[in-house]
This record gives sequence, C-alpha cells and structure tokens, in this order.
Amino acid sequence: MTESEGKPTWQQIEIGAIITEPGSARQYQTGDWRTQRPTYVHERCIKCGLCSIYCPEGCIEPNEEGYFEADLFYCKGCGICARECWTKAINMVEEE
Amino acid sequence: MEKYAVFVPKLIKKKENFAPGHRACVGCAEALAVRQTFKALGRDVIVVNATGCMEVVATPLPHTSWCLPWIHTLFENAAAVASGVDSGLKALVRKGRRPDRKISVVAIGGDGATSDIGLQAISGALERWQDFLYVCFDNEAYMNTGIQRSSATPYGASTTTAPAGKKSIGQVTWKKDMPGIAAAHNIPYVATACPSYPFDLMDKVRKGALTPGPAYIHVLSVCPTGWRCAPELAIKVGRLAVETGVFPLYEVENGRYKLTIDVPQLRPVQDYLKLQGRFRHLSEETVKEIQDRVSKDYAKLKEKIECMQKQDR
Amino acid sequence: MTQRVGIEVSRAVAIAAKLANVDVVAAYPITPQTHIVEDLSEMVASGELDASYIPVESEHSAMSSCLGSVAVGARTFTATSSQGMELMHEVLYVASGMRLPVVMAVANRALSAPISIWGDHSDVMSVRDTGWIQIFVTNGQEAFDNILCAFRIGEDRRALLPVMIHLDGFQLTHVIEPIYLEEQGDVDRFLPRFEYPLPLDPDKPVTMGAFGPPDIYTEVKKAQDVVLTSSKEVILEAWKEFGDIFGRYYSPIQCYRCEGAKVLLMTMGSFSETAMSAVDAMRDDGHAVGLLNLRLWRPFPFAEIRQAVKDADVLVVFDRALSFGGPGGPVCSEVRSALYSLDKRPKVVGFVGGLGGRVVSIAGFREIIERGTRIASEGTEQEFEMFGVRE
Repeated sequence: MTESEGKPTWQQIEIGAIITEPGSARQYQTGDWRTQRPTYVHERCIKCGLCSIYCPEGCIEPNEEGYFEADLFYCKGCGICARECWTKAINMVEEE
Repeated sequence: MEKYAVFVPKLIKKKENFAPGHRACVGCAEALAVRQTFKALGRDVIVVNATGCMEVVATPLPHTSWCLPWIHTLFENAAAVASGVDSGLKALVRKGRRPDRKISVVAIGGDGATSDIGLQAISGALERWQDFLYVCFDNEAYMNTGIQRSSATPYGASTTTAPAGKKSIGQVTWKKDMPGIAAAHNIPYVATACPSYPFDLMDKVRKGALTPGPAYIHVLSVCPTGWRCAPELAIKVGRLAVETGVFPLYEVENGRYKLTIDVPQLRPVQDYLKLQGRFRHLSEETVKEIQDRVSKDYAKLKEKIECMQKQDR
Repeated sequence: MTQRVGIEVSRAVAIAAKLANVDVVAAYPITPQTHIVEDLSEMVASGELDASYIPVESEHSAMSSCLGSVAVGARTFTATSSQGMELMHEVLYVASGMRLPVVMAVANRALSAPISIWGDHSDVMSVRDTGWIQIFVTNGQEAFDNILCAFRIGEDRRALLPVMIHLDGFQLTHVIEPIYLEEQGDVDRFLPRFEYPLPLDPDKPVTMGAFGPPDIYTEVKKAQDVVLTSSKEVILEAWKEFGDIFGRYYSPIQCYRCEGAKVLLMTMGSFSETAMSAVDAMRDDGHAVGLLNLRLWRPFPFAEIRQAVKDADVLVVFDRALSFGGPGGPVCSEVRSALYSLDKRPKVVGFVGGLGGRVVSIAGFREIIERGTRIASEGTEQEFEMFGVRE
C-alpha cells in the first residue's frame, strides 16, 4: 500500500485498515514545505548534536565527518536548530 | 545556551521510534516531545493514542510515522484502551500464551483528551491501578480543531472560543491542575516535563514506564501555531515557561514532591508572555495578576516540598 | 454426559463465557445485565475462570478496554444494556471498523426518558448500523449456545467482527430455564483458540486505527460492508457445526408452522415463544398461520426472508421499538424494503408494542395476527399501529 503502487482498491485494504509497514511515513516528503533552510559553518560545529535532539522532525544526523546536518527531504525549515545552536554554527537562509 | 539545559546528546539512543515524514506544523514542539518520549523507551512498548494532532499528523493512511505497535480508537478513551491492553497482556502472559517480558503500555493524549473529555477514563484507570504510563502532551488548547480553549488553556490567553475582546481578556479561568489531579489518586509516579529539557523528560518517561502500576507525566508542548510565536522559538518559550515558574518541572514519587529543575530566582512572567501572540493583548494589570498567581503557586509548591523534607528528617 | 439444569439465563450466559475460556472481561453494572458480569467476576475471584476482570468506570470505558484487549489478541467478553449501550455507542463503530471481535451480551431494555429498566428493543435498534453481527435469541438455551457461537463466528479469520447476542431483559435474563450446559471438552472442540492475525506486538509493530483521508475512507468502508455481508456464510457454517456437535441447529429465520400459511407473523427474541403459542391456538382453530422468528438481524438475511414469505399473502411484523416520526418499527421497515422489488410479495403490516416491559399475551398475538389480516385486506392510511396502547 504505497503511493508508488497507486491508491489501494477496497480489496487491497488490510484488515481494519491496519498499516503493517512501520515508519512508512518516511516516504513522504515534508521538505517541500520549507521556506528557509539551514546552512552550516563546520568550523564552529563542535558536533554536540544538540540540534538533533531539538529537531521536531528527527531528521538531523551526523554526516560522514561527524557534523550534524538536516536531511532536506524532511526538514521543514523551522529554524529551531539554528536558534538553539550555542556555537552559532547554523544559519537559516531563504529558499530560492 | 541557557543555564539549565543538560548537555550529553551523544548518550542518547540513535534509534527513532517516531519517523520523519509526519505532517506536524513547522516548529511543533509536541511532535518533538513525542519523539523524545519514545526515544527514551526501548522497543518493548505499546502506544495508545487519543484522537488529536499527533494521531492526525502521524498516521494518514496509508502512511505511519510509528515504528512501535500503536493503536488509536477515539478521543476520550486512551486510558481505557490502555487498560484493556494492559489487562489483556497480563492475562495472556498468565495463561502462557505470551512470553513473560515487560512491555510498557503508554497512553498519550493532548490536553483536551486528558483534562477535559478523557478525564473520567484516566481517573478510572489510575484508580484501578492499571500498569501503564499516561503522557499528556499539553499545548494548552484544542489545536487540532483550530485553537479552541480547553481547561488547560492559561488565564489570559486568547483562543478561538475564548477570544480577547473589548469585554474579555480571553481565557478567564486558571489552568486546571492536571498533574495535581493525577497525584491525588496516590499513584506511584507523577511528573511534569518539557521537551526544552530533553534529558529531564527522558529520565521521567523511563521512570514512569518502568514504575509498576500507574504513572502520569504532563508535558508542556509549545505550539507555535496556536500560541502565535515564531517556530524557531519553540524551545526557548518552553524554557521560559520553566524559568518564570509558569510551568515548574517536578516529580511526585510515592507522594513525595521534588523539583527536578530548581529555579532559585524566577524570571518575570512577562519574559514568557511577550513572545506569544496569544497574550499580546494583556494589560499591565492582567500581567501582574498572572505574576502574582505564578509566584504564589510556585511558593506553595516549594513550601510543600520543604514541608515533606522536614517530615523526612 | 451433559446435564440439563434449571438455571437463571444470565448465569448460563456467564457459564458460556467461562467455557469459552475468555481472557478479559471488562464491564460496568447496569440492570438487567448485572447478573451476567457478577457471575463472571465471582468465577474470576474463585479461580474457576482465569481471566482479567476490569471493573471499569463506565460503559464507554468498558467497550474501549475491550478494544485494547482484543487488539493484543485476548478473547474478550462484555455485557451491557440500554443506556449503557448508548454510552458506548461511538465505540461500537470502532470495534467493527477496526475489525476487533469483541463478544457482547445485550440484555435488551428500553431507553430513557422516562427511565425504564424493563425490556424492549429500542437499544438494539439504536445500534443497528454499527457494523456488528447481531443475533436475537428466543430462550435461555439459545442464549447459552449463541454466546459460544459468537466467539467462533466473530473470531473467524473471514469475519473478525464483533458480535452482539441480544437477549430480552428480565423476560430472559432473570428467568430460570432448563438449559443444557455443555462439557468443556466439546466446547473446546467447537471453539478454536483465538489468534488475532495482526495484534499489537513489539516484535511486529503495526499501526491500528490510522486516520482515513477522503481518498481511502470509501474503500475501507466498502471492505467492511462486504465482510459483514459475507459473514453470513461463517455464521451458517458455525451454526451447522454447532448442531453437529451439540444437536441443536440454528438458522437466520426460524419458520414455525409455516407450511401452507397464508398469514405470517414475524417476531424477535423471547416474544417469539409466546407468539408460537398463539399460532398453535389459531392452527387448532383451522387458520393457516405461521410464525417467522427472526434470529439473525445483522447481516440482514435478505434471501431467507424472501424465501420464507414467498407463498404468504400477509406478513405481520411485530416490533418492540419505535422509529419516532418515521415508518414505525425498524424491523418492519427493513422487511418491507427487502420485499419491495419482488413481483409477488405479501402485504406487510406493522405493529409496535411490548415497549418498556409491557407484556403481550398469547391472546394479544392472536389479536395482532387477526387485526393485521384485516388491515391487509381493507387497507389503511397508517404506516403502522401501536398495539395495546390506551386511547
């Protein structure tokens, strides 16, 4: 029952419309709600991860070098990470 | 970084039980509080959700943000459904049809589902000593239906059914003391929390979930949409609620009150109120009225705690 | 050897739930249902039944707790009546919509106001469209038997639907009747262990009760309707197997002395036995009359009804509930519409009576049949007639 397969017919509805795929909302892009996005000054980042704890989406994770970055597929651009970053390593810029 | 935020993010589990792709508003601190709550618990959890923002934003068919077993049925009955889950599990374990493994049953609901329409079911479940944790994510109004007042809406806040106008300051009643009502059931664990203090919140959630018998946690969840504040200020506003004494963080363990975040010198309530559009209309007198009430309630809470400590000695 | 014992019907219902080895009972007291759950709580207290008994604080919470316990895969039973069922009304739709097979005994009782603790079918009719399988029982033995069948039917993978067993308040719940209380071994043979296919389980997390946007809600409802309609096959199969094991066979409609009957009376519940006596008396007097005892209320037995009335000229339907300002009796109204498209159909005449515990005697049913026959031949402006009302 995914979007790519099209909308389900009544015969395809699971018992009681139960959803059997945990976390399937990951397919849904909330990033296109964004009007501003976070940019990073890695020199200032101390890799503390506070931004990831405060992210309402839970979409901030360390990249390969350990710097925390938002997954823009989900990031709605609320700006909490930039506001809460105490080393000011994150800046919000307008989306074009 | 404000003084009281504890700072050890790397100690937190990476696993998310509340996946991104949910449709919560930009800067929703309730979605954040839910995420923190279920990050704190392992996978042996069953979630019972009351109708409200969190149910709507996280489970529009055919998608779900939940990575835990989750059930939603109605608005006012999460505590009753959780009672059935708890009693059902216990019976199946007793009869050897399920492994004897601790599964935490966690019921969640908004302030409307908790302090208004679901109060009876919660009281019943607490009184019956059901083994579950109830977490109220309190954003201080019926946000899902468009910012109508609830009994958890604070004095002076303007909402769509208690709007400020020439003849009204908005909400004319004081916020219902829901944690106090829960504590009056003499259950083993009651606490208040706020996602601006994630480690405090997660500690309490773990404690509540592991406590045998009923537990109740009341989480202040900033709603930028309904409170009319900037989304990026959601964490700061929650912190100010604590630092001004508007929403003290405490726990009640077996009847013993304890402040978990002590604020020796409260900031003026105006610091909290002024960031929110819902309070923008308030006169100086009303702000003073609120200040007096907050100071008095905070003093009362401290007095209660000191009194209990004295008794202990 | 199974014993036939004189026992209060409520107690027999409780014993049936015990023989079904229920895991959870969640209930709230309401007259005339209380004896059922009192007995169950005694069985739990004495250790005779290993179940969790949840003494909830309202009927709304009773049914809500039932949802939770079925969702983890526990066999669950409750009982209610009248206002209690009204209080749990919204929860009933959720039980069927989420396909959670709760079994509920309903001690049928009138609705307020004025408050009445006595029997009629107002409570049944108010939950007609909740999506539950609904079965009326005529006597204590049928009540006992159908509680066992209810678990078997509701929990069947092809159904997974909640089931209500309707038994008349006081007129059934509080009477002592001779009832065969079957042996545990035979019950176990008839009733397999309950396995919910997608329970709440941390090892396999599912999301139950998700939000249904407009682009999916209609499909969910269609699926639900198809399941309820086709559950008739499951019901017939369960009744057949029950009969093969226990020797008592049930059908959606019991046709009593219908052979060659030109006039048929339709009743539900305990009144059917009184009506049978009226039919006997009239047959003795040479009248070609018969009785249709409606057992299966949902899914509605269209085919069986059409078949049962095909040779009749007159069908008199007696309802114990009133649709105010509408067509009168809800059962009559459904039967009428079920027959409307047929080329040859009997004239359907509706009576409403037996409200709030008012008794209808054998002579009363005779009067209803005779008056109904007269109305059928002479015609009337009225949609229905109230029986036994003082003018």
